Amino acid sequence: MKKFFIPLGIFLVLVAFLAIGLKRNPQEIPSPLLGKPAPLFSLNTLDAGGVKFGPQNMKGKVWMLNVWATWCVACRDEHPLLVALSKANQLPIVGLNYKEVQAQDAPAGRQLTPEEKLRIARERSAVWLQRLGDPYAVSVFDLDGRVGIDYGVYGVPETYIIDKEGVIRFKTVGAVTLETLQSQILPLLQKLNAS
Amino acid sequence: MKLTHLLLRTLFVAACLVLSGVTTTLAKEALPMAQDPVLEKRLILISEELRCLVCQNESLASSRAELANDLREEVRKLISQNQSDQQIKDYLVSRYGDFVLYRPQVKPLTWVLWFGPFLLLVVAVWGMFSYVRQRQSAQTTVAALSDADRHKAQAILNSGDAP
Amino acid sequence: MIVEIGHFALILAAFVALVQGVLPLAGTMNGHQRWQALARPAAIVQFLLIAFSYGVLTNAAVTDDFSVKYIAEHSNSLLPVQYKVASVWGGHEGSLLMWVLMLSGWTLAVALFSRTLPLAMVARVIAVLGFVSVGFLSFILITSSPFERLLPAALDGRDLNPLLQDPGLVIHPPMLYMGYVGFSVAFAFAISALLSGRMDAAWARWSRPWTVVAWIFMTAGIALGSWWAYYELGWGGWWFWDPVENASLMPWLFGTALIHALMVTDKRGGFKAWSVLLAIGAFSLCLLGTFLVRSGVLTSVHAFASDPKRGVFILIFLALVVGISLTLFAWRAPKATLGGKIALVSRESMLLANSVLLVVATGAVLLGTIYPLIIDAMNLGKLSVGAPYFNAVFVPLMVPIVFLMVPGGIAHWRESRGKELGRQMRWPALAAVLAAAVILIFSERGTWLTAMGMALAAWVVVGLLVQIVARVQKPGRIPLSFWGMHLAHLGIAVVVVGITLVKGYEIERDVRMGLNDTVSIENYSFELVGLNEVNGPNYKAMRATVNVTKDQKPLEVLYPEKRRYFSSAMPMTEAAIDAGPLRDLYVSLGEAIEGDKPQWSVRVYYKPFVSWLWYGAILMVLGGLLAVSDRRYRKSALSAAS
Repeated sequence: MKKFFIPLGIFLVLVAFLAIGLKRNPQEIPSPLLGKPAPLFSLNTLDAGGVKFGPQNMKGKVWMLNVWATWCVACRDEHPLLVALSKANQLPIVGLNYKEVQAQDAPAGRQLTPEEKLRIARERSAVWLQRLGDPYAVSVFDLDGRVGIDYGVYGVPETYIIDKEGVIRFKTVGAVTLETLQSQILPLLQKLNAS
Repeated sequence: MKLTHLLLRTLFVAACLVLSGVTTTLAKEALPMAQDPVLEKRLILISEELRCLVCQNESLASSRAELANDLREEVRKLISQNQSDQQIKDYLVSRYGDFVLYRPQVKPLTWVLWFGPFLLLVVAVWGMFSYVRQRQSAQTTVAALSDADRHKAQAILNSGDAP
Repeated sequence: MIVEIGHFALILAAFVALVQGVLPLAGTMNGHQRWQALARPAAIVQFLLIAFSYGVLTNAAVTDDFSVKYIAEHSNSLLPVQYKVASVWGGHEGSLLMWVLMLSGWTLAVALFSRTLPLAMVARVIAVLGFVSVGFLSFILITSSPFERLLPAALDGRDLNPLLQDPGLVIHPPMLYMGYVGFSVAFAFAISALLSGRMDAAWARWSRPWTVVAWIFMTAGIALGSWWAYYELGWGGWWFWDPVENASLMPWLFGTALIHALMVTDKRGGFKAWSVLLAIGAFSLCLLGTFLVRSGVLTSVHAFASDPKRGVFILIFLALVVGISLTLFAWRAPKATLGGKIALVSRESMLLANSVLLVVATGAVLLGTIYPLIIDAMNLGKLSVGAPYFNAVFVPLMVPIVFLMVPGGIAHWRESRGKELGRQMRWPALAAVLAAAVILIFSERGTWLTAMGMALAAWVVVGLLVQIVARVQKPGRIPLSFWGMHLAHLGIAVVVVGITLVKGYEIERDVRMGLNDTVSIENYSFELVGLNEVNGPNYKAMRATVNVTKDQKPLEVLYPEKRRYFSSAMPMTEAAIDAGPLRDLYVSLGEAIEGDKPQWSVRVYYKPFVSWLWYGAILMVLGGLLAVSDRRYRKSALSAAS
């Protein structure tokens, strides 16, 4: 009467999956962009010079893209690590300031113009970076979040490692920790720089 | 008498008409929130099948999160560019992965998901039929008493007492 | 001090539950009647201890004792008193305490209302319930105690989530938990039958009323949850296929299957093993639901704050309880004898089909709910399974189940002639075709889906009318259970009508409104005539005054609100609903819009027949109540007393 053991069998398989599932984080979304070329963009930088910047400027170098904003608490947590990383001259870090200016920043009754938004964003970032340290070789501003969407950004901070050919090799969501740095980022850098 | 009655009634009706005309010019029919209702309808249909990525299990259509607003705006843009539903979904999947779709794509990875229930139905129906057919050949086997029960029954019958 | 006593009472209860589990069960194996007789008093003592403990926690909530961490996290001094009482089950720890309270309550009920049952059976059933209680009490005491202290005490509580500050919270979870826990009784009876080796009709007869009562509570609980979401969340949705909702639907489906299978086991002695398996399955799904909601493996709007340690504990408990039960099943069930001969077309086969199809439907919901988990566990990526999947798969599976309600009722036991059956079903068939035709021909927005839904409902309603007419013409008393069955089936048809028509014909208008602007749907007109600030006990709100007219005649004034609770950053929408038997008018106030003149975003919904969802649920509950109050059950209770 083996068939009477079928319900038990099915149940045990289910429990096995649930047990494995306990170790997973259902909120973590893997990026489909790994191994694909970094989406191109052309954004304003911190300098009011008007010269725009994009991934094409970084061709030939291994570099890090860090998505952040002054209103983001976790960004503050990871910032000292980024500053230390930049001082160690491991790789250039590009800061993508994401949606710095929000709806509540607008004066009552009207919308801000893009120029006004850029000005506010630049001011705020400058103050923040001066206070906490500036790890960024370049700072660019994604005011409306469009570039963020192209990169699959869903929660700041997010960090990408992009190789010499402009292909995304790594992404982490949430503050960069010492552990991530040591176990994943630095080994990857070694590998990419060697090639 | 009849004439005044008629006159009064006409006045009354006229007054109603005039007054209703007055109220309709004062009150305004509200404009839809959306700039383009047709586009909006399509947006709702598409975004009901998409997931809000920063919410605890809500659709893109209903979420009020900031990112949801941005993504809805993005979908509006794509609709106005005459992209098809599939193209819009592919656009988002290429950036956020399969996670963003509430209707999983039918591919080898999801064959068990999409065809499993149907398969289960077939197996269940087949199992049912074979079971009932088995029960056609009448086996009304009454359970034999276990030894202990038989002794008990014997004792009761012998003693004549009420159980 | 009393809080610590409450905690201690819980510890005592765990020991009593252990005794309640071990001794009576051992007593059935070695024939010690005294040990078996311990079951009832143990159940009574356990209930008293847990009730005391629960009372202590409730008292802490009502007296604003914020030195108790749980109360500080879920209550607030400004909270109206009914919500302070409800906050006890608003979070993970407290809701578990309510769970064990109900478990001990059901056990007490079994102890008190089982005079006609043989002592050995009572001993086994109560013992099994005792073991389940041990598991939950250990879980609470080890990982999730609501009696933890917060020192120094908080000045005020963090407040109950504003979404939960609503009459719905006062009644929905208790009802649902009564259902969840109630299925443990059917489970205990099934295990008792397996343990004794006697899986005969008696087991089924005894457990039927318990199962139906649990099912009634579950039906009410799910319907209340759906109704609550409908009026509370602000955009008129009533089912989202959220994992936690699915976690309550699955045991309900199995419970329905169990009720129908038990009929056969009781009356005809058939499907013994199947009924036992369904009973084990229903309770397993309750435990699985507990796991899914509290372990953090799935993302849900309903999920409690998760903690992996808790998840591990529940999983081990789940694995033990269900694993042992299914092993016992695999060992003992093959010995069950078959019932009498049944024909391919017979009531037995229809009822079998019903329960099998419900199991398939449950399987589909389970598959969809945990598929993301399975894919992730196998490192194959992350995907989402949402409403579009469930609607596509579940609805077609339910159609044959609802369809079978008619032939299932008409068919005779043992054997029914196909031709005879077909003849009796011609009126329902005609009604179905007519209903579909009316929709397709006369309704401009009617789709074939709407037509099918209405056809199904017509089929069921005319089908039960035909059966009632036929029965009334026959001599003899008509048992209450007959009316109960048809009332419950009518309830299903009413729900089908509600779902079909609201999905087929609802209209939504999302507009920007300034003062005196109007928006119209069908022959209703909504005019925004005022907007004021109002103060609530623990919130501030913008309240709109909306005049509703029908055919230009004033109908109702609605007051939708947008509330900002002091304790929470998120604004809450309190929709204003004009509910009616044939339609609901639903107005939801949004945010103010930037611009030169003051405007607000307003959503207006016209939802035809949405109330039929709730009416149908009420009919199902009433039908269940009638079935349970059938003479047979009262007679056995009376004969026991004499």
